[in-house]
Amino acid sequence: MATDVLQENETLASLKSEAESLKGKLEEERAKLHDVELHQVAERVEALGQFVMKTRRTLKGHGNKVLCMDWCKDKRRIVSSSQDGKVIVWDSFTTNKEHAVTMPCTWVMACAYAPSGCAIACGGLDNKCSVYPLTFDKNENMAAKKKSVAMHTNYLSACSFTNSDMQILTASGDGTCALWDVESGQLLQSFHGHVADVLCLDLAPSETGNTFVSGGCDKKAMVWDMRSGQCVQAFETHESDINSVRYYPSGDAFASGSDDATCRLYDLRADREVAIYSKESIIFGASSVDFSLSGRLLFAGYNDYTINVWDVLKGSRVSILFGHENRVSTLRVSPDGTAFCSGSWDHILRVWA
Amino acid sequence: MMGFIKWCFAGKLKKLSGRRGRSRWQTMSATNNIAQARKLVEQLRIEAGIERIKVSKASSELMSYCEQHARSDPLLVGVPASENPFKDKKPCIIL
Repeated sequence: MATDVLQENETLASLKSEAESLKGKLEEERAKLHDVELHQVAERVEALGQFVMKTRRTLKGHGNKVLCMDWCKDKRRIVSSSQDGKVIVWDSFTTNKEHAVTMPCTWVMACAYAPSGCAIACGGLDNKCSVYPLTFDKNENMAAKKKSVAMHTNYLSACSFTNSDMQILTASGDGTCALWDVESGQLLQSFHGHVADVLCLDLAPSETGNTFVSGGCDKKAMVWDMRSGQCVQAFETHESDINSVRYYPSGDAFASGSDDATCRLYDLRADREVAIYSKESIIFGASSVDFSLSGRLLFAGYNDYTINVWDVLKGSRVSILFGHENRVSTLRVSPDGTAFCSGSWDHILRVWA
Repeated sequence: MMGFIKWCFAGKLKKLSGRRGRSRWQTMSATNNIAQARKLVEQLRIEAGIERIKVSKASSELMSYCEQHARSDPLLVGVPASENPFKDKKPCIIL
């Protein structure tokens, strides 16, 4: 009916204009509180000295690009996954390989260590997240005990256990994140809001409660309430895909690394971007970011094979680390902050301290 | 099968090989428009309504967190080789 179509168009138009005015209001409210820049407030902080960080361990064994890695809470074991379908658990002190499993798919883009240290989760092109219990019984075949937990409709880009071995949070190329019960494989909550592939996620430090942040190909970083599935804050200042997000240790802010060659810091209570870490000479995307224990340093791995170390407060670069012979794809600081590990398309993982 | 593989290679994998594609996201049917617009308005209402603090206050709190924890940040202050298992040249021996 012609009148129905007319009504529909009016409703749509009024909704669109309400959305525009809300967006304007949001910008206005954020701008009101933008009284100073972080690096200005940080002028009174002492500048950092020279840093000497070297590769202390090299983990060799993957047959193709390393795509992801994670530390065990014991501060020494590392799980890493590769394009060739292999997932390896390493003792980073001795560089020995303790476990290895071959996934039925290639491009294992995500892997995570369980808090107990007794299992790992991984997935990629198979669209699933699977959990493998780790056993020291030489006779047991790791692959036999595999449990399929998450099912997405596109590739798995990131996964993380929550505070226990019982729940896993996943991000996918299908544009959603999801929370799963490991035992039953049941979907507990799904998170819809991104309008393109979700590439990364990070859980808030346990003291700050049940939220997590995700970043995607839609250039947006979104903060979610895990219980309600609601997006509580969204930030859209990057100019390209967000490859990595990581919470500041206090949980009040998070950093992001993007294909636009910048890393940015967003403060959750000020509800805005408060710092950009960039240089004219850096033109390749940042693939992976992590903070040092105090939050003063931000380590970022780039597609130009380097790792840049940024002074989070002052916004300046304090060090540039060379060593990888291809893109740095993944980077995590160890749980006790004594070292950080980087993985690269050059098939190698490096532990720096 | 080829269709499935092509579909897999959209998004991040295209990105990894240097190309970009988001065509499946651009298809929107007319019947979804109002529902989506309503969702967007609701979402923006939530976001616009949250409590915020000034950047000056937020910044000084980030700074004080850094200062409080600086001394116990091994990568920041550096720890002697004897205390950092990675700096020890000899591998750890489990007895």
